[in-house]
Order: sequence, then C-alpha cells, then structure tokens
Amino acid sequence: MDIKLHEVEYRYAAGTPFERMAITDVSFHIPSGEYVAIIGHTGSGKSTVLQHLNVLLKPLKGEIDIGSRTIAAGRKEKNLKEIRRRVGIVFQFPEHQLFEETVEKDICFGPMNFGVQEEQAKQRARDAIRLVGLPENVLERSPFDLSGGQMRRVAIAGVLAMKPDVLVLDEPTAGLDPRGRLDMMEMFASLQKKNGLTCVLVTHSMEDAARYADRIVMMHKGRVYKTGTPRDIFSDRDSLTAIGLDVPETIRFQHLFEEKLGYPLKHLCLTPEELAQEIRRLRGDRQ
Amino acid sequence: MGEMVISIQDVSFQYPDQTAFALQDVSLRVQRGEWLAIVGHNGSGKSTLAKMLNGLHYPQTGQVTIGGLTLSEDNVWAIREKLGMVFQNPDNQFVGTTVQDDVAFGLENNGVEQTKMKERVLTALQKVGMTAFLNQEPHHLSGGQKQRVAIASVIALRPDIILLDEATSMLDPLGRDEVMDTIRELKEKEGLTVISITHDLEEAAKADRVVVLNEGSVYTEGTPQEIFQMDQELLQLGLGVPFSVRMSQLLADEGLLLTQRHFNEEELVRDVWTLNFTK
Repeated sequence: MDIKLHEVEYRYAAGTPFERMAITDVSFHIPSGEYVAIIGHTGSGKSTVLQHLNVLLKPLKGEIDIGSRTIAAGRKEKNLKEIRRRVGIVFQFPEHQLFEETVEKDICFGPMNFGVQEEQAKQRARDAIRLVGLPENVLERSPFDLSGGQMRRVAIAGVLAMKPDVLVLDEPTAGLDPRGRLDMMEMFASLQKKNGLTCVLVTHSMEDAARYADRIVMMHKGRVYKTGTPRDIFSDRDSLTAIGLDVPETIRFQHLFEEKLGYPLKHLCLTPEELAQEIRRLRGDRQ
Repeated sequence: MGEMVISIQDVSFQYPDQTAFALQDVSLRVQRGEWLAIVGHNGSGKSTLAKMLNGLHYPQTGQVTIGGLTLSEDNVWAIREKLGMVFQNPDNQFVGTTVQDDVAFGLENNGVEQTKMKERVLTALQKVGMTAFLNQEPHHLSGGQKQRVAIASVIALRPDIILLDEATSMLDPLGRDEVMDTIRELKEKEGLTVISITHDLEEAAKADRVVVLNEGSVYTEGTPQEIFQMDQELLQLGLGVPFSVRMSQLLADEGLLLTQRHFNEEELVRDVWTLNFTK
C-alpha cells in the first residue's frame, strides 16, 4: 500500500490564540514494501507527520493518499477504521499502553476490535508472539510481570496481530539494551523483507537509518528538508550538520581514513562491516 | 585512594512475587569526584540499584552507606539531600510552570528562604547554561534543554552526588552531547561525584570507571579501556562495545594488522594506516 503526502500542513490549536505551526508543505512518497526512515532533531515535526499516516491527525491543507483512499483537508472523513487497521503505529514506549490481564487478551484486543472472531484472534496472538521472538507460554502471563524489553515486544505483537500492511515505528528501541535493540531492528527488517511489510521508522539513530532504510526523509522546522537514499543523504555531511544531525559513525570513520589515504574510497560505506571489507580490498589492491 | 562517598556492602533485594533476586550480594564503592558508569542489560538490576541509592528501595540484606550515613527510613531525607537523581524521561520530571519555578520547587520543599532561593535558582541555571530561559514554559524546551533544567533542579539542592538514570536515552545526539558536556563541567568545577546508569557505550567510555551488572550481580569492573577489551564477552552479556572497538574487531576479522583494540577513532586509523598501508 503506497502512501503519498501532498503539501500537507498541520497547526496545533488551530483557530485559537495558541495556534502553532507544526508542519507545512510536506510532500513525500512511501512506496509499498519499502523501508523509509524519517530523521530530524526533536521538534522538527516527525511525530506530527507520523500521526497523519493513519489519520489520527487530518491535514489542514493538502492531502494524503493512503492506498486507494485520499484524505483531503476540509473534508469530513468517515470509515477510517480500515486505514487504522492497515497502518499500524507503534508509538514511543508502547508498553505504557498495555492494560489487559493476560498477554493473550492484550494482543487479541486490537484484532477483535476490528471484528476478528475470538478463536482467530487467539491464533493471531500465537503467530504474533512468535514473530516478536517470545515463547508462547508468555501468552498466559500478566503483561505487567514481564521485563521492560518483553513488554515492548508484547505491545508490538499487538500491532502485528492486526496484520497491518504498513508498520510505523516511533523510536521503537529507546531504552532497550544494545542486544535488545539489535534484535528488534533485525525483526523489523525481516518483517519488511520476508512478509512484505512497508516500514516507516522515526529515529535519532543515523546508524539505523543507514543500515536499514531504502529511503530517508529529513525533516527540519516542520518541512521536508531533503529526501534520498541513505547514500545520497549521508554523502552530504554539511546539510546534515546544518540542521543539527550528523553522518553515522561508520562514515565519520571513513572520512578519517580517507584523510590519511589522500583520496576518497570508491563509495560511501553504510555499515562498519562494509567499511572493514572495503579497507581490506584496498590493501589488497595496493600490495 | 580518595574519600569514599558511597559504599554498598553485600546488598541483596528481591521484589515481591519474584523468584529471582533483582540484586544479589552486590558490593561497590564510589570515591568522591569520581565518574562511575553502571552498564548492564535490561533487567540486570541497574534501576533497582539506582532506587536503592536514593532510598526508594531498602536493601533486604547488606547495607548502603552514603556520605557516612547508613541508609534507613530514619535518615532517608538526609541521604536524598546528598544524592540527586535525573531520570530518563524529560517530560516526567517537571512540576513548575516556568523554568525558574521548576528549579525553585525543590528548594521550597526544603524550606530555603525566598531571598536565598532566588540566588540559588539563578546560580543553578547559570551552571547548566539555561539562564536565557528563566520564564519559559518547560514543555517548550528541547529534550536536551529539559534535562539541563532537571539537572539544575538537582544541583540547586547542592548534593554531593548526582545519579543519572538513563538520562540521555530519549535525547537526540545533539541533546545527548549537551547534557554530557554540562555534567562533565559540573564534575570538574564543582567536584561533583557522578554515577551514570546507561546503555550508551560512548557515554560509558567517558567515565573514570565502569561497573558491569549481570543478572543482579556485579559481573566485573574496571577502567573503560579494560572493560571494552572484553568485546565478545560484553556482546554475550547483551551489551555492546563503542564504535572504535567494534571497528577494530571487524578490521582484525578481515585480516588487517592492528597492535590492539582501539578506543579512539584517530588512534585506530593511525594504527591501520601504519601497519597496513605504509609498507
């Protein structure tokens, strides 16, 4: 399911003295099946954009195509349920939204709300819990007896159980330890590759954006500052530092190495593994 | 050896209805003016330990001594004066409607008089570089600015020790640097003792000493250099290593010659260059 934003504008508290521009003239495309990262520092409008993707906020100007639906400013929109099912949002600290007595009930809540029968919802809960890498016996437990990392996975399972086409992730690994973070990022990447999910990741981590994204949207002061592939975006360090961001550590290291070398490497390396291989190859060439 | 400001002796703690110990026989010492990083996977006991240092939990066995006082329900308020905490979520620690009200809140609670209070609020905000925001509403600040105000609220109470419980984990890279620079300056100028509980390895790498917790016990401790040499072991504990250590490992795996696992990017580049490209 493609999502396209056309010149979207949103203001908080519109029409009151407290009106504040959040985003304006925002246009970009999330092609079906792609992994798109949205980067930008705090207050750049990332979260406001994200809430438009399943119409929790409606544009005050412009329009959004979500699959075959168009959400346009100034129109009453009905029957948004199907959009909300197909675009699943995992908010920051989603474990704060757990509320049921058991993990199973919590995961079933979403699908049943969308009309799935109980038996089928339970089957989905079993599938979802496996997808997030937890053992099935967790289903019987209270979500509140689990560790923070496990609770996070349960909350994500709840979104996956609705079988969304698009998974929107707002800083999904904040507060997790490094291994938990890696496991979770690998899980999203595999859902995108193997299950054909479209992924939209809002992140502060340039490393994650470089490693996983097909396309990056840079936000600054409520506008789209630039879009492109990770190689496009990260080959222009000046435009990143101009808005308070920077290149991933790998690329910083590559630049340091190139200073010694006196000339640039053939291409920009997006992961440390890639850079290590490139340096080995270069040594081979020079010997 | 300098003066001990914290001593934790054989402390164990178990939450109700849990079979495993959250902390088991933990012993640690912290010197005055030291910067100690505590790292460990989720559920390793870091937060339980933090809560114990501020009297939000009490040890079930063993004892915690802070600034010469052994933690008990009788002296918990005196201990909280010595040790201030900054929490993870900047939005969860504001009570005032303006920046200066917020910093004043703790002082008011401690019965500091009005005239002195004004001066202490101002000095505290000066120390974190936030005097330009005196009358701003806290929720309009960036994450890094909010955490600096939270730090000002803590240092206005003049503690000896500041404890950061993942205080930078919700910030963007710029906000993170902002907060860390502030803390470093306070440590140097005011002689503050800093304990930072963190998942951020680059942050831990800047500490004087690192303690690794694993499943409620102290797994090991040492200087950042010592700790990050054990890269594979750290990965097994659910932790990571700083970028240059990881990069050293990957380059060595690719067959490049290195004198050691490096800790600093410039040194690593120099080493790779000298041993592999100048012959």
